[in-house]
Amino acid sequence: MTDTLDFTRRNFLRAGAAVGAGLVIAIRTTAAQRLPASLARGPATAASLSPSAYLQVGPDGAVSVWVSKSEMGQGVRTALPMIVADELDADWSTIRVIQADVDAKFGDMATGGSDSVHSLWTPLRKAGAQARAMLVSAAAQTWGVPESSCRTENGAVVHDASGRKAAYATLAVLAATLPIPAEPVLKNPKEFRIIGHSTPSLDIPSKVDGTAKYGIDLVVPGMTYAVIARCPVFGGRMTGYDAEKAKAVPGVLQVVEVPTGVAVIATGTWAAIQGSRALACRWDPDAATKLDSASIDRMLRARGEQPGAVARDDGDALGAYASARPAHRIDATYDVPFLAHATMEPLNCVADVRADRAEIWAPSQIPDWAAREVSAALGLKPESVTMHVVMMGGGFGRRLIPEYVVEAAQVSRAAGVPVKVIWTREDDMQHDWYRPISHHRLSAVFDARGKAVALTHRIVAPSINAYRWPGSVSNGLDNDAVDGALQLAYDIPNMRVEYCMLASAVPVSWWRSVYASQNVFASEGFIDEMAHAGGHDPVAFRRVLLAKLPRNRAVLDLAAEKAGWGTPLAPGHGRGIAIHHFFSDTIVAEVAEVSVAKDGALRVHRVVCAVDCGRVVNPDGVRAQIEGGVVYGLSAALHGAITIEGGRVAQSNFHDYPVLRMPEMPVVEVHIVPSEEAPLGVGEPAVPPIAPAVANAIFAATGKRVRALPIRV
Amino acid sequence: MIQLTINGKPATVDVAPDTPLLWVLRDTLGMTGTKFGCGMAQCGACTVHIDGAATRSCVTPVGSVSGKQVTTVEGLSVDRSHALQQAWIAEQVPQCGYCQSGQLMSAAALLSKIPHPTDADIDREMAGNICRCGTYQRIRKAIHRAAVGA
Repeated sequence: MTDTLDFTRRNFLRAGAAVGAGLVIAIRTTAAQRLPASLARGPATAASLSPSAYLQVGPDGAVSVWVSKSEMGQGVRTALPMIVADELDADWSTIRVIQADVDAKFGDMATGGSDSVHSLWTPLRKAGAQARAMLVSAAAQTWGVPESSCRTENGAVVHDASGRKAAYATLAVLAATLPIPAEPVLKNPKEFRIIGHSTPSLDIPSKVDGTAKYGIDLVVPGMTYAVIARCPVFGGRMTGYDAEKAKAVPGVLQVVEVPTGVAVIATGTWAAIQGSRALACRWDPDAATKLDSASIDRMLRARGEQPGAVARDDGDALGAYASARPAHRIDATYDVPFLAHATMEPLNCVADVRADRAEIWAPSQIPDWAAREVSAALGLKPESVTMHVVMMGGGFGRRLIPEYVVEAAQVSRAAGVPVKVIWTREDDMQHDWYRPISHHRLSAVFDARGKAVALTHRIVAPSINAYRWPGSVSNGLDNDAVDGALQLAYDIPNMRVEYCMLASAVPVSWWRSVYASQNVFASEGFIDEMAHAGGHDPVAFRRVLLAKLPRNRAVLDLAAEKAGWGTPLAPGHGRGIAIHHFFSDTIVAEVAEVSVAKDGALRVHRVVCAVDCGRVVNPDGVRAQIEGGVVYGLSAALHGAITIEGGRVAQSNFHDYPVLRMPEMPVVEVHIVPSEEAPLGVGEPAVPPIAPAVANAIFAATGKRVRALPIRV
Repeated sequence: MIQLTINGKPATVDVAPDTPLLWVLRDTLGMTGTKFGCGMAQCGACTVHIDGAATRSCVTPVGSVSGKQVTTVEGLSVDRSHALQQAWIAEQVPQCGYCQSGQLMSAAALLSKIPHPTDADIDREMAGNICRCGTYQRIRKAIHRAAVGA
């Protein structure tokens, strides 16, 4: 989604000034740019060792780690410090986590694409190793022994020959005066003491006693509360509202207009909600009012009748189809709806905008982007925008976009007061940027033995890129929109992927796992159809198609084995499998066991997951993310649908946008393939396989093929 | 002026009696452990105890709880020592954590009624609490763990 910073180009230069007896050292992103901001955080008056932006070893023994990614429950505030702490050989109990504010020294701060641990793996190892090397040098100098005769252990340098030991705290001052090694020696992974071991989340204690502070919990001096009435009709325009009625609500302070709607500013959230209702806004809906789900569905199907832009064309899939006997061909269409993100914490943002500066507390997945957008929208210099990053009650992609942050800044400017903008659940659900709807046409050819010969997958969907950046998609081809199909791992000699771009009046954006959530539902369901049409077991069929890809095959086999694939099941039960090689390079296979009662009641009993995500930093954290991905995808598969009526979203809250609840929760097992490769992301990859795994299990149980979501048996 | 008893302590608030208890806790009293999720008793994030019973504070007028005992997540224990809080940590339940105050309060009400709940009891009593991160399996394990310790 955003450029990845090339950390190898970073110049590690001593740029700091002596402070007392020690030295604080800054990291520089360009040779010419001094970054005094790195001196501003932490105990600058004390002598501390800080060879990079990411950590500081203080003379008090505390090891501060700056986390430059946003926490939304995925556990970066534990996993990222684990990497630093292990390379530093720090005592884990001395780790103090600091959430980084937006600052260029951290490079790309985007939290998305399941990328945080993967992208920071090497930079954070290097940061820890640099500090460790400097501490070893300091000890060796102090003791007059060779560095090579010293080792580190749990926050101390040890000289075995003399039995001497010095805590990092006592060495930090001297170490800070030493040169920063540009290429420190990294640990042999066999020496990892923290990485690879399940480590309790540092944030969890604050999440069981109500002390964790999310964006919605923040209070800043002089803060007011705002709720915004926005036109519910896409493309509609406000024609009037009754500001006096809103102001008559006790606690309402003022009513201001912003580009997105009318903001009611009040002394508390409840007054703001009541005030916004009292506005009785009137809208002049334009042609979009004619938009509804039926018309969108017709557009999707009509567009799907036409060829699309060719994204992949291995061999000659069209020729193979044309020349195949009808008995050796199958065709199907799959449909997937719009979805809302529905994070538990509704959107919110705190902004304090003054004439010449802005301070924002944003629960944002890309706070650096949000800061740039605020700067542009308010006409403030980038350095005049201070962006704090705060804890999020779920992200799932909803908090990637900057619009709600900009909106809060605009409200604060218009009202002239610090403000917390709170979205009601209805605002959140009706003004989301939705997972794109999509329609899929698939065709396959197999030979007389049922071997796959050709596969064509035509995807009709709005383009997120084209919606957000009009003109950004040329020749009608958006490779993001064919994600999953484009890299489908199966060895099928003739494979064609087409994309039919659909203009969308409904805002669309990134939703956990993005297009793989739709495309893989279609492709993994259809692969299952191909297996059955050719008379093959779905696992055996996939094994043959993955014969040249040992990683994929190992994941498939592990899931099948742990699920007891092929062993007898109770009557009415069935198992289904799906596998996906996600764009983060993580591979996940899932086996769902379901039952369908005589009355059609569907129950998902058990989901067995196998995952290859490279080296695992925090095993229990990986398990949690896989479990969570299964639930997020299962909610969508069983229940999720945003529909459009009269140009607006028909759903408004959890009563008509149901999500998975405790009674529907299956047993979820997670099995991790051991790996020595660099870590790969796990936030999203468990989402795409669950819907097709359940659909395929329903087929196994009932013989009924599910080709549309949400599942209706 | 409305007289309240919250976590055993008296509080006096000057708000309209039809104001939802949720907003009095969060905005008036600054007790932000109780969360806003839906505003219509659909998600359970705002769950508190009124005289020991799990109650959705987002639809509970503050005037209706005067003279009753209100318990919030901040009052579950003073030091995270409640068996459920300990179990939540042991099972590493929370991900984003936003729903967990409500989950804990519903679970605490469950255990006070049924000290050793079955899975069916948990399904029934916890069905009103949504978790979007998908921690249900761990919540179930943590409730069983706390019940064993009880």
